[in-house]
Amino acid sequence: MSPQSDPAGLPRLLVRMPAHGSMGLAEHLALHGELPFAGRRERRGTGLLVDLVEQAGLRGHGGAAFPLARKMRAVTAGAGRAPIGKRPIVLANAAEGEPASRKDRLLLESLPHLVLDGGVLAARAVGADELILCVDESAEVALRSVTRALSERERAGGDGLRIGVQTVPAGYVSGQESALVNLCNGGPAKPTLTPPMPFQRGVRRRPTLISNAETLAHLTLIARHGPRWFRALGTPADPGSALVTLSGAVSHPGVYEIEHGAPLQSLIEAAGGTIAPVRAALLGGYGGTWLDGPSIPELLLSNDRLAAHGASLGAGVIALLSAEACSVAEVTRVTRWLAEQSSGQCGPCVNGLDAIAGALEEVLAGQPSAGVGKRIARWSTLAKGRGACRHPDGVVSFVASALVLFAEELADHARHGPCDACVGPHVLPLPTPIELAAAA
Amino acid sequence: MSLRLKVNPIACEAHGMCAEVLPELIALDDWGYPILNERPITPELTALARRAAEACPTFALLIERDTPDHQER
Amino acid sequence: MTTIAAAGPSTYWYLTRSTGAVSLILLTISIALGVAGVSRLRSPRWPRFVVDALHRNVSLLAVVFLLVHIVTAVLDSFAPISLIDAFVPFIGSYRPFWLGLGAVAFDLLLALTLTSLVRRRLGYGAWRATHWLAYACWPIALLHGLGTGSDVKSTWLLALNLSCLAAVGLAVGVRAITGWPDHARIRGAALGASAVFAVFLVLWLPGGPLGHGWARRSGTPTSLLAGAAGK
Repeated sequence: MSPQSDPAGLPRLLVRMPAHGSMGLAEHLALHGELPFAGRRERRGTGLLVDLVEQAGLRGHGGAAFPLARKMRAVTAGAGRAPIGKRPIVLANAAEGEPASRKDRLLLESLPHLVLDGGVLAARAVGADELILCVDESAEVALRSVTRALSERERAGGDGLRIGVQTVPAGYVSGQESALVNLCNGGPAKPTLTPPMPFQRGVRRRPTLISNAETLAHLTLIARHGPRWFRALGTPADPGSALVTLSGAVSHPGVYEIEHGAPLQSLIEAAGGTIAPVRAALLGGYGGTWLDGPSIPELLLSNDRLAAHGASLGAGVIALLSAEACSVAEVTRVTRWLAEQSSGQCGPCVNGLDAIAGALEEVLAGQPSAGVGKRIARWSTLAKGRGACRHPDGVVSFVASALVLFAEELADHARHGPCDACVGPHVLPLPTPIELAAAA
Repeated sequence: MSLRLKVNPIACEAHGMCAEVLPELIALDDWGYPILNERPITPELTALARRAAEACPTFALLIERDTPDHQER
Repeated sequence: MTTIAAAGPSTYWYLTRSTGAVSLILLTISIALGVAGVSRLRSPRWPRFVVDALHRNVSLLAVVFLLVHIVTAVLDSFAPISLIDAFVPFIGSYRPFWLGLGAVAFDLLLALTLTSLVRRRLGYGAWRATHWLAYACWPIALLHGLGTGSDVKSTWLLALNLSCLAAVGLAVGVRAITGWPDHARIRGAALGASAVFAVFLVLWLPGGPLGHGWARRSGTPTSLLAGAAGK
């Protein structure tokens, strides 16, 4: 049964998205059909469902774009080697620590059964008997929606596995895979040293499949409509659709569903067009890459196409920086926040990011110490790849592309200090406000 | 099959004893954290490498065995 | 009984007292080295891995001297000390409380040594937690020496004890101050406790081990007191 959609094939996930509240179970089933693979426990992961996922080419939507089928096979392989009683476990990751991303929260608030169906299917695919939904502890509406959805499913007979909710404390790195495992094991939401990888030994020492909420939503539809339907949109390397969170200098910022490979320009038009000339676009989130405004017309939104520009979609975060805002203040503020978001466990990250943020603050204030550019480059090399997780790597990439793109503005601030736009409204969102002395 | 130095960045507290024992392969960055030479450890330095791992008070320095199908992190 | 006492202290008695004193010195040095290590004191001529290795070796040497101290005390026929008194405190017949403190200190030192020998298997967190017992072990050992030692009143031994006390006091001071104001409350409490201990000693020693009739008051069996000449 094909979903009802417009001739372009969209929307898929967001079809009939309710304007208020969440879509109930009955409407969800009426719209998408019954949950397939019901009652069939695929114990070895080489089952039909994993094959479908592989044929569909579904990749993760949490930022790493890792092929889901490969992850599932790794988990079942790990389970095959594990002693009896170590059934795999599935974590649905909706922690969404990226401040400029809202897609996972939207799914939970409005279309929770898409995510829950996906989680249940993933559990069946890897032979798991437990599903844990990881939700930001401050996402009250989402938590209420999920609770309601779970009791709906319970009343309808349940899904044959234990489904629980784990609230995740706020934090940029709290949703990192090993951090979630750590949290579910009773520890803090801080990354741990890998190996062992979660798919080998994760929650309660069981092979753990961790999948982003949106990825599971796509899984829900692939299981119902098949890989060919999924591949009808998108590109061969990046098939299907994706949710992106568009913010900044557009008329209607928010979450949109795009076809992979669609031009950024068409997304901007769908969002009502720009409200100011665009200086630069940030792709991939705060661990992503800055691209020049004039390059926007040629940008196609898929990882393989963006790779040519040194960027990626990441978790589908796109922020447009208007020419009226101060790029230096924005970058500095976010970098300082990212430095504070370090879990504080690894010296190169804690010290390196703090030093880089400090250097940017100096430049913003017009009081750079000698050779500040070289020192930032040196600290970037020292921070990159020397932490337990990829947080410092992301920050280094974010700063490096900013240094290149905003070289003029940076030089200007270094010489003359804060500009008029420094005290303007903040563009890039941050959960906890960072006030820089220079902007006062 | 070769041996390589590896550090657990979470356990590391920048005591720097590893760099004292094995300066040939370990340098310290601006904050005292180890920068490892990740190439295989030569036979002449293997004993010293083990002493360096022994000297680490937090067991952060590790010596890993490379096997043919070992996946790099 | 009197004849044995009148025959004078045996070689064993000399050995047990001297190895006891040396053990205290070694434990003092061990604490100083341990503090130097964890406080990351840097010296161009002393690499930290050397300081660490010295700390471990001095501690092991202290254990060796303590074993001699215990064995010779047991072998000596003057005081009725049996081997079990070295491990189980307060059950002996010779100065049970003060000797028992020695058993407590020795038990703690055994725990410190054994946990350090298997520290890799134990894991860093558990090892670190048990290693704090070192700060409990030392003052108990000192009190044991002051309470049991028959030479306490001699100037050189008193000077030795006070020097060791000063050294450990300095080490604890350095340990508490390095990294201030992190954990300020615990550091303050540690400094306070050390000061209280020092004051206690100053107030207690003159009327205690340095005072009259300490041998009797500390629990020396009456049968031995006759020949001990009130020492």
